[in-house]
Amino acid sequence: MRSKVGVVFGLTQPLLYLVLFGPLLSRVGGVQGAGGGNTWRAFVPGILVQLALFGAGFVGFGLIADLRSGVVERLRVTPVSRLALLLGRVLCDTLMLVVQAVLLLAAGVLLGLRAPLWGIVAGLVFVALLALSIASLSYVLAMMTRVEDAFAPLLSTVTLPLMLLSGIILPMSMAPGWLDAVSRFTPFRYVVDAARAAFRGDFSSSAMLEGAAVTVVLVVASVALGTHRFRKENT
Amino acid sequence: MIEARGLARTFTGRRGTVEAVRGVDLSVALGEIVGFLGPNGAGKSTTLRMLTTLLAPTAGSATVAGRDLRTDPGGVRRRIGYVAQGGGTDPSVPAGEELELQARLYGVADPAARIRELARRLELDGEGLLARPSAAMSGGQRRRLDVALGLVHRPPLVFLDEPTTGLDPQSRGHLWEHIRRLRDRDGTTVFLTTHYLDEADALCDRVLIIDRGRIVAEGSPAELKRRVAGDVVTVELAGSGAPLEQVALRARTALAGHSAVREATVLEGALRLTVDDGDRSLMSLIRALDEAGVELAALRMARPTLDDVFLTVTGRSLRDSASAAA
Repeated sequence: MRSKVGVVFGLTQPLLYLVLFGPLLSRVGGVQGAGGGNTWRAFVPGILVQLALFGAGFVGFGLIADLRSGVVERLRVTPVSRLALLLGRVLCDTLMLVVQAVLLLAAGVLLGLRAPLWGIVAGLVFVALLALSIASLSYVLAMMTRVEDAFAPLLSTVTLPLMLLSGIILPMSMAPGWLDAVSRFTPFRYVVDAARAAFRGDFSSSAMLEGAAVTVVLVVASVALGTHRFRKENT
Repeated sequence: MIEARGLARTFTGRRGTVEAVRGVDLSVALGEIVGFLGPNGAGKSTTLRMLTTLLAPTAGSATVAGRDLRTDPGGVRRRIGYVAQGGGTDPSVPAGEELELQARLYGVADPAARIRELARRLELDGEGLLARPSAAMSGGQRRRLDVALGLVHRPPLVFLDEPTTGLDPQSRGHLWEHIRRLRDRDGTTVFLTTHYLDEADALCDRVLIIDRGRIVAEGSPAELKRRVAGDVVTVELAGSGAPLEQVALRARTALAGHSAVREATVLEGALRLTVDDGDRSLMSLIRALDEAGVELAALRMARPTLDDVFLTVTGRSLRDSASAAA
């Protein structure tokens, strides 16, 4: 939260996708019909999930700096609960991401996104919970690798396939059978589909339910893993 | 304040297992300043990290500040302060904010007053000093900030891991004063690690010497020095032609029967002797060496230091083992 510059710079990449790539998609989008007439409805949720994936994915770098300066160790000697040590960071990251997501949504509306308000709010909740899980996992990876040189390549190896397989840019419904099957094994796909359903106002769809279930499992698992790691963290 | 029995820690890495600490027993009484002395890699920090709940012991048990280390780590954490070797401040965060956060984490009743008090005591109350991030502080100021962070909640027991490493002599002496005052004014028990003999000598009521994961000697600096009976005479040899090791061995043989010599060790071109009543026996030592045809380059006599204690106990010099480990 210390750097307001960070909020803005984190936004550049998704904003560029939105402005420079989005309009292309609205030309071809009619054929696929994934957005239910408005391609922005399909595209913006994807970009939001991408924001969560990359924005929250990189928070581990901050932890590596804190590991090195001894801040983490100093906090671990205090009586504060290990869950709080994790959540303090993760919630701060999530809040920052929600602020970015709202700004991105505003840009989307300017470009032509039309979606029911409740759908947008539900989509934001999905993105926030996803960011929370990804931030926790990013901290787990950072604590395992401990140095930027190892963390950075690991991060890109993990995030890029996850991004491509989740159907962020184009819906996975367009994928050939094998690709669709593979993508079913990545949790983010369900979150993207659920956010898209939410933007369509399709609250009772199976995509929505699956997405909600996957998100809850993801949040619980990643926070449990993160807390465990903060408790065990040593060397 | 501390009762530890058989504390041990093994690290399992890719290159096999390392027994960093192999069964440490120690007791520290209320209001003592106890120094943990040993070379790098002897197990000082590992022991300290176990006693401060940062690292789970692989064996053994300990009571720290009245709480069991294994069953009540939270209770231990509330009652101890810990200042890590490299400190624990974010270089970009203003010192005052770090202190405030620390006070809130411990639930200190009146944080602002406590921070003012600490700043005054540790001389961090200079104009605008607390508004500065630690990156913009001098080494001594940063170290005092680290100590202040460890004291925010008035712990009865403070752990300091190599508190003066990297400080200039003036800042070191300064910090020693602060540490002494902690004990004298607040009755705080201080447990510190150091690899400086002069620090252990000047500051500590009691010294525990650790080597290769075990405590090898313990006592007050004076007691420990008394254990090295006699004075230390170092004979530097001049090997005109002959290899120094040979000269050294010849010198040792020449002195083997000398009544004042208790112990003789060969150390790289020098002979280190532990001698009774050095002032008087010096002349006869020189004569004996001369008769054996040993050429001397220099001769030194010194009262024993903790380094000599370390050498006597472990057979190695503290300085040598420190540089070998580094």
